[in-house]
Amino acid sequence: MIRLSESLVLMVIVGMALVTFIPRVMPIWALSSRELPPVVARWLGFVPTAILSALLAPALLVQDGAIALNVSNLSLLAAVPTFVVAWRTKSFFGTVAVGMVCVAAGRYLGL
Amino acid sequence: MTQVVEQEMEGRPVPVPEGAQEAEARSVAVWRGVQQALPIVMGYLPVGFAYGVLARKVGLSEWNSVLMSVLVYAGSAQFIAVSLLAASASPLSIVLTTFIVNLRHMLMAAALAPSLRCWSRVRQALFAFELTDESFALHVRRFSEGRTGAAETYALNVTAQLAWVVGSTLGIFSSNLIGDIKPLGLDYALPAMFIALLVGQARTNLHVVVALASGLLSVGFLLAGAGQWNVILATLCGATFGTLLACRAERKR
Repeated sequence: MIRLSESLVLMVIVGMALVTFIPRVMPIWALSSRELPPVVARWLGFVPTAILSALLAPALLVQDGAIALNVSNLSLLAAVPTFVVAWRTKSFFGTVAVGMVCVAAGRYLGL
Repeated sequence: MTQVVEQEMEGRPVPVPEGAQEAEARSVAVWRGVQQALPIVMGYLPVGFAYGVLARKVGLSEWNSVLMSVLVYAGSAQFIAVSLLAASASPLSIVLTTFIVNLRHMLMAAALAPSLRCWSRVRQALFAFELTDESFALHVRRFSEGRTGAAETYALNVTAQLAWVVGSTLGIFSSNLIGDIKPLGLDYALPAMFIALLVGQARTNLHVVVALASGLLSVGFLLAGAGQWNVILATLCGATFGTLLACRAERKR
């Protein structure tokens, strides 16, 4: 175990906190006080869909730096029933539960 | 009775009957917020635990390890920062990396901004401090249904961060007796939550197209070596693509 200087780490943490907080708050302060042009509003309307998918896709499709479209990719395998349940039932907690049970079962079965 | 209550509330001029009703309505709202955060809690506890273990193994003090979860509160950035610290990277490069990794929250904040118009700046800042990928995903849905109540919103956020901090703390104090951190499929709670919310977002064919485009682009950018930029680039392209298609469809009509 390396010895890290306590105060240096503290400085890093404060710096990290600042650069994390500023991008989280500035757009809210800047955009919430004015009426947005329709094109911008429409663009922002697509952002949630785009960002959720951009976060999710690599988690399901990429393993160890390469696309893994095979049955040993448990994340992808479990996503199939999870997507079906989300789409058919629209049940939020049901979807989360099915996803977790599928992954647990897959591990138990040694997939 | 009135006086006692008013004294207890530090002299704030709240008429008692209404105040009591308000307080009850607020506690219902808080409870609703806590409940909505449950999938995040299930996901954050084990991931926070893993962070805590790693932070201690790398040599951060207990205090600093917790402090990072309290002040920074950003999962992937914390993992990266800890491994950079272990590799004795310069403080500036760690802060810069954190900035890049967390820049995607800018897009999320921009998307939520129109719903927070009536909030004061301080309240907006308190909200923004606890904005993460996961809380964003839940708030998008809540706000689109018009549920922008402050009590419910903060309750959700605070519950989620509490889970992150508690998970981190548990990890920090059990870092020397730990083997496997993936029991029971808990690590799949967050991907499953994203699946549920993404499907909920896919209201029109255009949204499905945008989701497919930005998902594939995100994987493409990642494999092409875009590093942490993949999510931001894919989101910018995907949302722009969707806007162009929508504008074109409108002109045709």
